[in-house]
Order: sequence, then structure tokens, then C-alpha cells
Amino acid sequence: MKNGTVIRHTLTHIFIITLGLVMIYPIAWMIISSFKPNNMIFSDPGLIPKAVTIENYISGWKGYAGTSFGRFFVNSLVMCIVAIIGNLISCTMAAYAFARLKFAGRGFWFAVMMITLMLPGHVTLVPRYILFNTFGWVGTYLPILVPKFLATDAFFVFLLVQFIRSLPKELDEAAIIDGCGKFGVFFRIILPLASPALVTTALFTFLWTWDDFFNHLLYLTRPETFTVARALRTFVGDAGAVSNWGGALAMATLSMVPTFILFFALQKYFVQGITTTGIKG
Amino acid sequence: MSEMPGFVKFIKRNGASYVFLAPWLLGFLALTLYPMGYSLWLGFTNYDFTQPDATQWIGLGNYIKMFGSVFDISEFTASTGEAMRVDPYYMKSLSVTFTYVLASVPLKLAFALAVAMLLNQKLRGVSFYRAVYYIPTLLGGSVAIAVLWRKLFEKSGLVNGLLGSIGFTDLPGWITNPKYALWTLVLLTVWQFGSSMIIFLAGLKQIPEEYYEAASVDGANKVEQFFAITIPLLSPVILFNLVMQMISAFQVFTQAYIIGGGGGGVLNSTLFYTLYLYIQGWTYHEMGYASAMAWILLLIIGVLTALVFKSSGWWVSYGSGE
Repeated sequence: MKNGTVIRHTLTHIFIITLGLVMIYPIAWMIISSFKPNNMIFSDPGLIPKAVTIENYISGWKGYAGTSFGRFFVNSLVMCIVAIIGNLISCTMAAYAFARLKFAGRGFWFAVMMITLMLPGHVTLVPRYILFNTFGWVGTYLPILVPKFLATDAFFVFLLVQFIRSLPKELDEAAIIDGCGKFGVFFRIILPLASPALVTTALFTFLWTWDDFFNHLLYLTRPETFTVARALRTFVGDAGAVSNWGGALAMATLSMVPTFILFFALQKYFVQGITTTGIKG
Repeated sequence: MSEMPGFVKFIKRNGASYVFLAPWLLGFLALTLYPMGYSLWLGFTNYDFTQPDATQWIGLGNYIKMFGSVFDISEFTASTGEAMRVDPYYMKSLSVTFTYVLASVPLKLAFALAVAMLLNQKLRGVSFYRAVYYIPTLLGGSVAIAVLWRKLFEKSGLVNGLLGSIGFTDLPGWITNPKYALWTLVLLTVWQFGSSMIIFLAGLKQIPEEYYEAASVDGANKVEQFFAITIPLLSPVILFNLVMQMISAFQVFTQAYIIGGGGGGVLNSTLFYTLYLYIQGWTYHEMGYASAMAWILLLIIGVLTALVFKSSGWWVSYGSGE
């Protein structure tokens, strides 16, 4: 390697690392500040805390209206798990039908599904709210979870259709010769082979449900049903004032832990999800 | 013998397939198609969530309420004979949202492309760098980051602390100053450039190395190569990112809601469209009006998306790169 190249590479590394540090700085500052005493958070832009305390975590964990963050975390987690199950069942079924089965109206329904992919959700917002209210569902998790069992996240249907189409058709045909019906092919061939796309679906369902705020704001009315995202909002008062910044930053930091773990554990699935759906963020 | 009724034949042929399609189909009919029709109708009524029985058809009333100020109307009579006032904040929310979209989307895409090119080199540890650069996107949409952002850009926040330590004085409270509040949100959006970056990276990998080699043999410098090779060959990806980011930028809610403390911020400087829709529908229970607003949003997004696709004829090249 020529000397010039070595210098150029080193400079590039230094540039990338510096820019990366600037990018990460706010998050790093938040994590570190959550361990600083409340009165030092305001003044200290540094990343090395002069004093370390976990008092913010204790005060933040107390939560809101007598419900602790332990409950909020359990609520969020349960909601995410049910949402994942719903999306996995309903989206794979629809995707299998679109990608592999021949039936009257397939082209039409597929076009409809692709249109809903681009549709801003706000047009359906008010009627859905009125509908769920007449069912008596407002204040429960049903308005958030039932749609997952009805494949309303068209992104995942699209992602799974793309993936299933890329699987070799010969496998289906072989299974059919061996006596499998449509259900047999689905359970024995498609589902096992589509597992990478299923992981991507589960992963993004988790992230979007975990971080979703709007639906939680609309439908979760009692503090004991609050999710982490909904509960974090209670740190910010209605005029925008925050009384317990230390607690807010501590709980905000904790709320990111599951996302971080999944991101580093399942990195390769991210790229697939982002490049096929291209949305969010 | 084979004279089966039509529907029996249809079910025999398609029944099993429709079993697989059923959840999606039910979801589409009950949670998309029906609500769309319903909200279209609601948009022409004065539906109030607290007194749905008093709902009346008011024709274009909600739409005049939105756009009346453009024609210098401040009060008008609805078809019910009722006097209605033109909404003084609607146009403000529209201008806030357009400013935000026009500023944040191009900046975000430019930044995403620049970083993608930086990380498209053959370097040691480059996949680690990509992961780190994606972290703001991973977390950025959350309430947690919105809360953090408030803290960073407060008058006594971290940003002013840093600027103060290098000698700046008389710094404003960025969140509470109507001149700057929107720009803190633009910055928050640009910071989350990761998804676009990853899509650009995938696109950049498709461009054959030989093109650049041939161009540099012909004496083209890096800048010329960028405009003659990278941009044209990447243009379909740019189009895709542009459309996707534009659609989602129009719908931004969480950050504006948290940073504005549940409202539109000081002097409504961050009264984003969807935030205002929420306030109308759920704070004032004006769900008929909120539905009409949602339809205008759909129309705006639809028209702009169509325009972008139309314009793509002269700036997107789908050729194999002659």
C-alpha cells in the first residue's frame, strides 16, 4: 500500500469517527446524565460525571399516579409480544395468498394492498376511534392490538410477499406431488423458509409498537394501562415544563435498552427491513 | 351432472385461498375502506364526539372554515343556517408543516447521501460505523428522544451550555423562541438520516466500479464523476427516498407533541398539521372538522407524490447507463 493511501485512510477514519461522535453525543450525554445528581444535569455538558448516583432511577421508577415504571414496562412488553404474534399470523397468511396462490381477484386485491401502503393513516383515524368507542374498547389494548391480527400493517405483507416470491417454486410443487395441500405447503415449506423475513417482521413490529406514541395517547386512558412511551410523556407537563428531569432522563434511557439489545443482536435483519420497506425515520 | 351453481364453483376454486386472505381482507374492509367512506362523510358534517346525535350536514362548511382566511372571509353561514367562524390557525399549521417538509426532507436526503458515500468505501470497521450512524434513527422517533430534545434546546439546556463555554452570550431558548422552535425539529429529523442512508448504500453498491475507472481515465475529476455517474445512476433510489420521506414528514406528530408540551408551542410555531388535527378532534371533539382536515392532508400528499412521480420523467434515468 502506498504511503498516500495510508494517510488518506487514516484521515477518513478520523473524520468518520469524529462525525460519529457528534451524532451519538446527545444520546451518550443522556445516558450519562441520568446518573448525575439532579442539580448537576443542567450545567454540565461533559460526558464524565463528577458524581454518580442512581437516585434518578429510583425517583423516575416511581412512575405516574401511583403506577410504577415496572408496570409500564410489563404493559409495553406484553403489548409488543401480542402485536408480533398478530402480525406474524395475519401478514404471512396474506403474503402467502398474494405470492403463491392463484385465485379470482388476486391482481385487484394486490393493487389495493399496495395503495394502502402509501395511505396516510389519518383518514381512518376518527372513524376508527368512533368505531372502537362504540365497541367499548377505548381505554383497553384492543384498538391497538386487534388491527395487528387483521394485517393492517401493509408493509409487512409487502415485505413477506417479496420474500416468498424469491423462494424456489419447485419446493412447493414437490410438496404438492407428495400430497400437501395449500395449508401443508404453507406450514411445511413457506413458513420455515421464510423465517428470515419473519424475524424482520417481528423485529420491526416490536420497534414500531414499542415506540408508537400516537395510538397509545389516543386509546390508553388509565395510568395502569400506560405503556412506557405513554408514561414518559407524563414527565413533560402540559405547559411543557419538566419537574423531574433526572427521572425523565433515567426512564428515557431505560426505555431504549430493549431497542438497543435487539439492534445489536439482529443487525442483519435491519438492512433487509429498511431496504424493502424504506419507511419510518 | 356438472351443472354446479356459480358460487359453489367459485368457492371450490377460490375458497382455500380466501381463507388465507381473510384476515387482511376483513381488516381492509372494516378498518380502512369503511372508515375512509365514513370520514369522507364526517368531513361534511359538524360531528361532535360529545354530542353525536346533534350531527348535521354542513356541506362545505368545514372546508370553508379551513381556507376561508385565504379569501378574507372570517364568518360565514353554513347550509344549516348556523353562523360559522373561519379557523384562524389552520393556515398557520399548513405553513408550519410545509416549511418543515421543504426544509427537512432535502436536507435529510443530502446528508444521508453524503454519509452513504463516505461509508461506501472499503475501510476496516465500516459496518460498525454504519451501525453507529444508524443509532439516532433507531431511537429518534421515540418519546424518549423528544424529551431529550426539549432538554438539549432549552434556554438552560446542553446546547446553550456548549455554546456558552466557547464564548457565545445572549443565547435564546431555542424551543421557546418561535423563530427557532421549528428548526430544532428540522434538526431532529435530519439527525435521523439512517434509513435513507442505508437505502442509498444499497443503491451505491449497484453502480459498477468500472464506470468510475473509465471516467477517471477520461480525465473526469471526483465532482464531475459525482454528477455524471453517481447522481444519474442513483436517481431511482433518490426518487424512492424522496417520496417515502416526504410522505412521512407530512405526518410527523410525536416530536412536535412532546416538544410543544401537548400544544403547538409558542405562538403556534410548531403547530404541525397532524398535531392540530389531533387537537381539533380530541381536545375540542370537533371530529367532523378533523376528518375534513385528514382528507385535505391525503389530497396534499397524493398531489405532491403524483407531481414528484411526474417530474421524475426528466430527472430519473432507468436506463442501464448508456
